[in-house]
Amino acid sequence: AGCKVCFVALLQSFSHYNVVAQKLGVNLTAARERGQLVFLEGLRSCLDLLFGEEEEQSGEPSPLQFISKSASDLKALFGFVRTALTPPGSGSWKGPVLLVDDLGVLLSLGATPVAVLDFIHYCRATVCSQLKGNIVVLVHSNEDSEDEENELVVNSLCHHSDLILWVEGLATGFCKDVHGEV
Amino acid sequence: LVFTEEDKYGLYSSLLFKYFLAEGVVCGHDLFVASAKEHPDNILKELPAPLLDDTYRNELGEEATAVKSEDFQDSMKIAWRYQNLPKMETSPTTSTKFGHYYDVSKTMSPELFQSIKWHSFYLPEESSLPPKMKTCNMNSAYARLLQSIQRIIYQEGFDGSDPQKKQKNILRIGIQSLGSMLWGDDICSSDTPEDIHSLTKFLYVLRGLLRKSLSACIITVPAHLIQNKAIMERVTNLSDMVVGLESFIGSERETNPLYKDYHGLVHVHQIPRLNSLICDVSDTKDLAFRLKRKLFTIERLHLPPDLSDTVSRASKQDLAESAKLLSSGCGAMAIGKKHLDF
Repeated sequence: AGCKVCFVALLQSFSHYNVVAQKLGVNLTAARERGQLVFLEGLRSCLDLLFGEEEEQSGEPSPLQFISKSASDLKALFGFVRTALTPPGSGSWKGPVLLVDDLGVLLSLGATPVAVLDFIHYCRATVCSQLKGNIVVLVHSNEDSEDEENELVVNSLCHHSDLILWVEGLATGFCKDVHGEV
Repeated sequence: LVFTEEDKYGLYSSLLFKYFLAEGVVCGHDLFVASAKEHPDNILKELPAPLLDDTYRNELGEEATAVKSEDFQDSMKIAWRYQNLPKMETSPTTSTKFGHYYDVSKTMSPELFQSIKWHSFYLPEESSLPPKMKTCNMNSAYARLLQSIQRIIYQEGFDGSDPQKKQKNILRIGIQSLGSMLWGDDICSSDTPEDIHSLTKFLYVLRGLLRKSLSACIITVPAHLIQNKAIMERVTNLSDMVVGLESFIGSERETNPLYKDYHGLVHVHQIPRLNSLICDVSDTKDLAFRLKRKLFTIERLHLPPDLSDTVSRASKQDLAESAKLLSSGCGAMAIGKKHLDF
């Protein structure tokens, strides 16, 4: 749609998304090269953070620095998103879009639910209200989940969202041809 | 990243673990074995020996022909609609050949090892010096393991860092009983563990290492000991494939006549969806395993119909839950001419 996109991809590598997108007719590599797509490959950033040399750290702080520092806020991550989507960096593209896959990973890496919700709140304030853009976030949830922190985040997101797409398997059990309902 | 939930006594999961490593040896991959309780040398000495093609096919062939000759004469009278449906294949891999087969009654010969390179990490023997990487509040044993894996990947060029390297190879990583107390983690022993993030952080970094290099990894975890189920949910999201083994030893299912041919169940909690939106989902999700004298096989759970009067209501209910969409092949198992329940 010609929008400027910031994709915070925490769960899979860039090549995975690239291959999937190609099958759907979208070329992520080209989009990244022309500056339309800003891609944060979480897995790679994490490795750079942990195994990287000291000299590399003197530049900008890593967006995932909350993993190594004891401060558990996600300011650096938000900073990354804001820089990616705020003009004049965004140039001539239409409204900004923030994609996050998936938010639950932040909890697994030690962020508190409050920090995650704050992050989303700041993103909403900037991306939606200020820049008139959109945010799409993926979370996992189960009916009988015992992960309270995750459920807290999911519930809060549900209250704040304009549109919720809930994908689940069929209630009657597994079926070969129909996988589930939305 | 294959995540395996161990069965209660760890018998079958360690077998699966050895199969993974054995396949690596036969394919010429490099191995990295990590354990906190058993020395990797000992684990490697117990890998099953690969079966030559002919032997396996003979064995499988014998069984298949035995079954076929019996059924041939029976034509169905009441369940005649089922007659035309294809016979249920218990073993999904009869038509396609993928990987190798192993004889669990024999161990692999040392000559096979000589062709591959293997690395090990045995926690009690590792130095307790602080690792060079930033630990990020992770359990130090996990941090050291990650350091070791990263070092091997880098030094042996599995991440493509050495363009001079002549041949690309794959690194098979096996980590046994992660999360257990022997690794210094208390998620298996306490309801409110001190640090619930160590294991998930470890998995995330490991995932990053695997994605960045030509490697595959199997991890076994004593999941039945982990009280905090939230951790298991997060771990499932962070892994590509999650399989649980439930053995019947010591449980009430051991004496259930419907499970008498099997030693346990295989629960597939998650299948990988790498580089695509969806993967090949198999027809049925009910799998069971059995350990015969020579072979360890995983088959579709195949329940014969209730032909006796003494089966209680309770167990029928139980089975109805788990066998909801077991398919139409049940008719093929009907042997004997007893009365049918209505």
